[in-house]
This record gives sequence, structure tokens and C-alpha cells, in this order.
Amino acid sequence: MTQDETRGRIIVQLLPRIVSLRKRGLAGWITIIGLAMVIAVVLMTLAAPWISPHDPNEISIGPVLAPPSWSFPLGTNHMGQDMLSRLIWGGSTMLQVAVFSVIVCLVVGVPVGLLSSFAGGLVDKSSSLVMDSIYAFPGLVLAIAISAMLGPGAVNMALSIAVVYVPSYYRIVRSQVLTIKELPYVEAARMIGAPGRSTLLRYILPNILPSIVAVATVNFADAILTAAGLTFVGLGLPISTPDWGWDLTYGRRLLPSGAWWVIAFPGLMIVILALGFALAGEGLSELLNPKLEQ
Amino acid sequence: MTLRSYVIGRVLLTIPMILLLLTLVFVIVRILPGDPVLVHFEKQATPAMIEEMRRQLGLNKPLEQQYVDYLLGLLHGDLGRSMADFSSVSQQIFTAFPATLELSIYSMTIAVLLGVFLGARASRSYNSVEDHSIRIFGIASYAIPVFFLGMVFQLIFAIDLHLFPTGGRVSLGMIPLGLSIGGFHLSTGLYTVDSLLEGNLAKFLGAFHYLFLPSLTLGIVLSGIFVRLTRSNMIETLRLDFVTAARARGLSERAVLYGYALRNAFLPILTMMGLQFAALLAGAILTETTFSWPGLGRYLVDRIAFRDYTAIQGAIVFFGLLVALVSLVVDILYAYFDPRIRF
Repeated sequence: MTQDETRGRIIVQLLPRIVSLRKRGLAGWITIIGLAMVIAVVLMTLAAPWISPHDPNEISIGPVLAPPSWSFPLGTNHMGQDMLSRLIWGGSTMLQVAVFSVIVCLVVGVPVGLLSSFAGGLVDKSSSLVMDSIYAFPGLVLAIAISAMLGPGAVNMALSIAVVYVPSYYRIVRSQVLTIKELPYVEAARMIGAPGRSTLLRYILPNILPSIVAVATVNFADAILTAAGLTFVGLGLPISTPDWGWDLTYGRRLLPSGAWWVIAFPGLMIVILALGFALAGEGLSELLNPKLEQ
Repeated sequence: MTLRSYVIGRVLLTIPMILLLLTLVFVIVRILPGDPVLVHFEKQATPAMIEEMRRQLGLNKPLEQQYVDYLLGLLHGDLGRSMADFSSVSQQIFTAFPATLELSIYSMTIAVLLGVFLGARASRSYNSVEDHSIRIFGIASYAIPVFFLGMVFQLIFAIDLHLFPTGGRVSLGMIPLGLSIGGFHLSTGLYTVDSLLEGNLAKFLGAFHYLFLPSLTLGIVLSGIFVRLTRSNMIETLRLDFVTAARARGLSERAVLYGYALRNAFLPILTMMGLQFAALLAGAILTETTFSWPGLGRYLVDRIAFRDYTAIQGAIVFFGLLVALVSLVVDILYAYFDPRIRF
């Protein structure tokens, strides 16, 4: 079997699990609610060009700092931009940054974790030391350092977030491989002469995949919150991109005027998106580790 | 293994971690694309100015020499000079640190008290509506950007209700002086402590007034993890035989819950406090910015705006050292309380 076929099979095996979530009680419902929140936000962002009433960047579309009204349901900001349009468009960058950083984490963290736990010895010791050092460091501080050096831009932001969270993937993969490696069925595979590579990819990887999915789901929430944090400390994207993080950051200066709508709506969107991922991740990990349910 | 040899081993293990961390920061600032000096000036400086700046900051030396200088400087507590005004970065950090420390202490206290209280309640009413609401609070508190929560509190409690100030740390002329007896002077930089040392209750209340909203914000965001930890630990403990035995002896549910079951969750909570320290500092950066709290986080964010790379590097190194130190202390405490760790 080729590697692609293995991957195909893994995905096919995962699908029925998601479909049957409803049968799995509270954890299943938490997962479904979380996923529904995420999907709703993603759909809104994808449909932005068709559903947005105005151009999110056009200034003086309405009065300056107008509270919510029939013509501007979420009000306008200090430049007379329509907050509803900015809200509909504003998730795009954040989602892209999150997706890109999670992909980088998966591509780096999972293979390094697999190799290091399978190889053992000095390779394992040194990579663990590096990963543990990064893990121990305050995530936002590290992301600020890298982001400040790389300069603004969505890709740079995603990279600096990825560096912070790679150790989470590495650690979960490593600890799971170390456990699974000792199980009789893996030993049996080795006995019948399966080479190391195939043991790792065909016998071990499929078993840790669900845990990786759970970590990645929670990590989406982390990535979104870190992206918002980076924007808040002034390491965000150029002003011309409508972005919830940026609106929230600028909204801070408008606070004394009492213009709550400028911060409330973008802030709530970030909460909905991050909460969706956090709930889905929470539900998934409980489904995978039902120790407490008994 | 005795506690002493465990401590020695743990300290020795911290050294490569710290070295790695220092190297990482060095690499990020010097080797990643983007020359700090060039980025600092953007395009407005003559080549001669840039060369002079490099010379003053020691950036004209070969990389390995810079690395050695950087490490040697750190041994003396020297974090270099600011690129913006050539002030000593160590001095600036030393001045800003007490504000961050004070905010951190209060936030962590709120997080632990709130988290343990809610977690214990949830475990008592396991699988009820109360339990589920508390669990959802735990997850939601994790998903709220701390600066968003801060701004919501500012809007409600400061701007609408005028109950608390929107930001800052102290009113004009209200900086506590600390303890002065004759020639002896003691001040911690923690305003709530200094005001008590001075014996000035008005100043204490003033300091507390400013501290309240920022620490409540950060405390709530950090409390989620303690809710989950306490809840899951206590649910497991409440099933153990000794709990059943305590109940059988007719102890009140409250005594069983707080006197017996909660005591068992003490060590995991202590460990989590150590682990959350990094999150606490990260949260402090955003909280300080939201509430114009003059601590380290705000220093770092200000320096980012000025593109002051030496100051950014200094602040980050300081944060890293702090986290390494705290995790060392927590591990040692853990070994002290639970001798099994040492073997």
C-alpha cells in the first residue's frame, strides 16, 4: 500500500466517527456545537463579497461613530466605515493565519515527534530539550519577538505563531508513540518483518491521528487568540485589511467616547470563533479519552 | 535520592535550558531577516549614522564576539542599551518589574480562588446543570481575548458606572513611600504593600482601586484552567474509599469536600500555578496595555512601537529567565511536598 492510500484510509476511518458524534452524549454535542460555530463563521467569511452591504474599507459611508441603527445595524467607526461590513470581512485574515500556522505545526511537529520518539537516544534527548525550552517560554512573548523581527504580514504572523505551538504537537506525538511502540501489535508487526518506516506510518501513526486532530482543533483557538494579541500589541497587518483584531485594537482609543459597538462586535466574533474551536477540541479529546465519563 | 541531590540535579538541568533560550533570542534578533539597526531607522538615516549606531551598540563586531559579549553582559545583569535613547535596559526593566509583579500576584490569587471554588462546586454537583455551566465558563474564559474582557470591564465599570479608573496605577501624589525609620528605608515597589508599610490606609485603598479591574480581568481569563483541574481531580477523589469512609463517619458534606477532597488537589494546583506563570506573563502584557499599567508588558509594547530592538531583546530575555526560575522553584516545592517525585 502506498502512503497516499494509507492517508486515504485514515480519512475514511475518521469520517464515520464525526458523523456518529450525536450518539456520543454530551461530549458529542459539545463537539457539534463547537464545529457549528466555526463553520458558521467560515461560511460568513467566504460569502463576504455577496452578503456584505458595503465596502469594508470605504470611509465616510455613514456618519462618524454612529451607534447601531437600521441603516448601520452595527454602527460605524471613527472613519465612518460600516462596522457590519467590516465584521463580515474581518475574519478572513485571522482564519488564514490560523490555518497556515496549524499546517506549519502539523508539517513540522508531527514528523519531528515521530522520528525523535522512534529513534530515541541523543536525537530524542536534544530535540526534546529544544522543544521543552520553547514550550516553557511564554507563547505570546516568543511570538512577539519573532514577529517583531520578521515584520508585518499574514505569512510572518502565521510563522511566528507556528514556532510557539510546534512543541504542543511534538509532545503529544512523542508521548503517544512511546506508549504505542510497546504494544503487542506493534511488536507483532516487527516480528513479521515490517520495516521501521512502515511500522511508524502504517501501524503507529493511524492510532495517534485522533489525538493530533484534537490538539490541532484546540490549537486553532490558540492561534486565533495569539494573532489577535499580536495585532493588539501593534504587530498586526496593514490598516487597509479589515480585521477583527485591528478593529478591537483601534477601538481601545475610542473607548472614552463610550462607543461600545466598535469593540463589542469584533470582540464577540473572536470569542465565537475561538470558543467554537475550543469546544470542538474539548469534545473531541473527551471522546477520545472517555476516562471521566464512566 | 535526597531532596538536596534532587535540587542540585534540577538546577543543573536549568542551565542548558536557559542557555538555549538565550541563544534562541539572540538568533531571533540577529540572524532572522531584518537588520535591527536598518529596521529601526527605516530609510531616514545616512550610512555614517547607521555605522555609528552599530559601533555604539557593539553590532559591528563579529557575531561570535557579540554572542560572548551578550552572555557576559547577562552574567552582570546587563541587558544592553536601548536603541532609542541609550538608557540602560536593565535599569528600565528593574523599574517596571514591581508593577507587573503586583498585577501578577493579585491576578493569580483571583484565578486560583475563583477556579478552585467553581471547580469544587462543579465536582459536588457532577453532571448537573450547575456542573455544565461551570464547565462552559471554564472553556469560555479560555476563549476570551484578555484585552477584550478588559475593555468590556472598562466600558461598564469605569466609563459607564465610574466605579473604577480606566487605567493607570496610582493617582497623582499618591505613590506610597514604604517604610522609613530613621535612616532605614524599605520599599518593595508593590504599591499595596508599600502603602501598608507606610501606614497610610488611603494610599492602600487608592492602589487597590487601580489594581482591581486589571487583576480581575486577568484572573478571570486564567481561572478556567483551575476550574477544570480542580473539578476533574475532585471528581476522581470523591470516588475514593477514604471519602466514603469520611462520609460514613457522618462528616458534613462541606467538611468532606473542602477538608478532605480539596486537600488532595493541592499538589496539582500548585504545579499548575507554576505552569500557568508563563501564561500569566503573556496575559499581563495584554492586560497592562489595555489598562495603561506601567509594567514590563507595557514597556515591551512601547519598545515595539519604537522598534527598539535591544530593549525588546532585554525584556524577552528577562521574561524567559523569570519563567525558568519560577518553574525551578515550583519543581523543588513539588519534590518537597511529594517525596515520590524524587525517586
